[in-house]
Amino acid sequence: MALISFTNKGIYCRQGGFYIDPWQPVDLAVTTHGHSDHVRWGNKAYLCHELTRSVIEQRLGEDLHIETLPYNKAVGINGVKVSFFPAGHVIGSAQVRLEYKGEVCVVSGDYKTEDDGVSTAFEPVKCHTFVSESTFGLPIYKWQPQHVIMDNIRDWISRNRDQQKTSVLIAYSLGKAQRLISGLSGYGEFYTHASIENLNRRFRNAGVMLPETTMINPEIKKEALQQGIVIVPPALADSRWIKNLIQPATGICSGWMQVRAGRRWRSADAGFALSDHADWPGLLGAIRATEAEQVYVTHGYTSVFSRYLNESGIKAQEVKTRYGQEEEEQEVLP
Amino acid sequence: MKRFTQLIRELETSNKTNDKIAALISYFTEAADPDKPYVIAMFTGKRPRRPVNTALIRLWATELARIPDWLFAESYHSVGDLSETIALVLPPPTRLSNRPLHEWIQDLQALHLQTEAEKKQFILSAWDSLDTQERFIFNKLISGNFRIGVSAKMLVNALARQSGTESSKIMHSIMGKWEPSAINFAELTSGAHVNTDNSWPYPFCLAYALENAPEALGSPGEWQAEWKWDGIRGQIIKRNGELFIWSRGEELVTAQFPELHFLAAELPDGTVLDGEILSIKDGNVQAFSILQQRLNRKTISKAQLLSAPVGFYSYDLLEYAGADLRSETLTYRRSVLEQVTGQLKTKGIVIPSPVVAFGNWEELAMLRESARQLNSEGIMLKKLDSLYHAGRNRGDWWKWKINPYTVDTVMIYAQKGSGRRAGYYTDYTFAVRDGDQLITVAKAYSGLTDKEIKEVNSFVLKNAVEKFGPVRTVKPELVFEIAFEGIAESKRHKAGLALRFPRIARWRKDKKADEINTLDDLRQLLHSTL
Repeated sequence: MALISFTNKGIYCRQGGFYIDPWQPVDLAVTTHGHSDHVRWGNKAYLCHELTRSVIEQRLGEDLHIETLPYNKAVGINGVKVSFFPAGHVIGSAQVRLEYKGEVCVVSGDYKTEDDGVSTAFEPVKCHTFVSESTFGLPIYKWQPQHVIMDNIRDWISRNRDQQKTSVLIAYSLGKAQRLISGLSGYGEFYTHASIENLNRRFRNAGVMLPETTMINPEIKKEALQQGIVIVPPALADSRWIKNLIQPATGICSGWMQVRAGRRWRSADAGFALSDHADWPGLLGAIRATEAEQVYVTHGYTSVFSRYLNESGIKAQEVKTRYGQEEEEQEVLP
Repeated sequence: MKRFTQLIRELETSNKTNDKIAALISYFTEAADPDKPYVIAMFTGKRPRRPVNTALIRLWATELARIPDWLFAESYHSVGDLSETIALVLPPPTRLSNRPLHEWIQDLQALHLQTEAEKKQFILSAWDSLDTQERFIFNKLISGNFRIGVSAKMLVNALARQSGTESSKIMHSIMGKWEPSAINFAELTSGAHVNTDNSWPYPFCLAYALENAPEALGSPGEWQAEWKWDGIRGQIIKRNGELFIWSRGEELVTAQFPELHFLAAELPDGTVLDGEILSIKDGNVQAFSILQQRLNRKTISKAQLLSAPVGFYSYDLLEYAGADLRSETLTYRRSVLEQVTGQLKTKGIVIPSPVVAFGNWEELAMLRESARQLNSEGIMLKKLDSLYHAGRNRGDWWKWKINPYTVDTVMIYAQKGSGRRAGYYTDYTFAVRDGDQLITVAKAYSGLTDKEIKEVNSFVLKNAVEKFGPVRTVKPELVFEIAFEGIAESKRHKAGLALRFPRIARWRKDKKADEINTLDDLRQLLHSTL
């Protein structure tokens, strides 16, 4: 009997009696990471990595029943051995490994294969069944190495400074924002939006080393922002607040910026293809490394990607889930 | 190539015209001289014959990327641009080159004489030596089709500022006959190959839309009324034996309208006419859709000359006997205009645009209602003592357009947009009711806000019934009011009619699909306009 099934509440492990990243309230939600499409309100209990606990508490509230587990440690739930392995997606993100009577299944949530320096690096896990995302499951998505992208962002900031422009980076509060702060460390004062800063504080309290940042507040002079690096979430991209800065130049950091149409659609001044999701070679490499006999493709270019896997000799099937609602995934709908 | 790539990146990383012009100016200041004429040729649509066809390029790219063709097609669909898709799917280059742009272009042109195997070798080796952005540009060079949001006018403005030359001279110069391989940048901007003194046009005088009743304009006796024509606003210049026709888009379109070339012989030197290029047959102005068949063509067939003959209704006379008349009154300019056109030997092609006689505003309002029967868009009101202003000047000239037609339709197909809108369902097809069937009557792309597009997009995702390639059939639920300027019989469309310039006027969230218009409603409208 299969270890997981796809139900109208989410991915269900019958043997263990729990759900993974359910979208309807259940008794126990094993949680891969803190993005809102993977962890929802209303579950009786949560099991997640200790750093994801910080995110859940920030976003859903303090008075929840949350159990945590570090990477590479197992816990038994009704006879099913459950353990977390780094997914490299955002801070605290985990692949969930399930083992029952010699059968191994890995639900990877969202992942990326490149080490971004802040999230624990992705680790491939051998399994029989693998559940994979496919947000960027087309061969046009091949990321440049992070250091190259960071160099490009630094060049852009430096050109902005020469032209007395304020550099505003648009980045998701959980994941991209921390990556930028760490990757651009030493290149200027960071001014971050409250939604980013609240997470940063919790991460620092939990022991994550992040460079110093200042939460944006009305006291800060526009001239200071002009010299520094402003980071805000996408919801603020077209806001009046940005328009009122001194000569604002906006730079969107998202995998969708790989394509010119994506850049123009968002009408930003610059686009940097910096993604927290695996690119095409990343997805294929990760899947091959699992040596899985069966792959389930959840959100993204599901039909294209599973067809390609099948044609390449990897048995794959697309499944409908409610994932893919996170900010980066929403950008362009499949 | 690197400097040009930088230019393209700069043009793409801003959507402000001033930034783009600044990027062009710095390019033309810094780039290597031999590259510049090629760039000007490219941005003004001087397109060389493509040396390798698209199908082959695509085939080689899929081979090299080791992906099946269907996956390439999916990728292309998501990107919305073939050159870019190829640039993105290819494996990373193994070596890098730094060849100048003009060498790449010359090599591509030389491919015409080579065998397919040689072409393939050249293209593959080029791809292997260029990064993603450069490859995209290289692919665009093969197709010669470079749309990058730089209009001829923007380019001309940049060149004018960079070289300190008047923009009309630059426009004349780059619209003239020249080959990028045979001219240098200085010659091109100075117009060494043409005489730019003869061609320079005056800025057009433009009118504001009249939003309130014309009574507020005062006494009808102070005003001249004309029909507002819907063609190509143009300026005809005859100086020193040469004839030039400029469009309002500041482009030289002389070659497109051979019917007007008799003016080179018949207009006196030092004459400039302002007016409208129209299709005129048997003395009647034809619909814009007929004139449209004549626009932007390299060659014009005999059939087109017969079915869509071109004429010019002149509004104004800006220069006569070499003297600038713009500070004379409209009354005076009009009287000289009538003389000048009256002296033309060829009759009936270039005439003064008729003045609409009226005694009071109510009478004019009635006449305006009949505008559509003449294929006119309404009434122009010009003060009799008005000067010819440069650009728009509130108060002297007004356009008093008739309201567009509207029809309530339901959306039945949706397709993803391309370019800026790739990835979203933004192109819709609309239908009206015909008995128990839905018949498509219009396709429209614009008129919705980004927020509404997202809303429609998610409706399409949830309500797609069938797939036909990129097209999705959706449940007929969303009702849109479509505005349009005219209606014509059409054998090509199932409805038997076609709407002119349809666009979404508003999303009628208050209406249900059973409340839309019928095909009979449109047929009635069609017959009333014939």
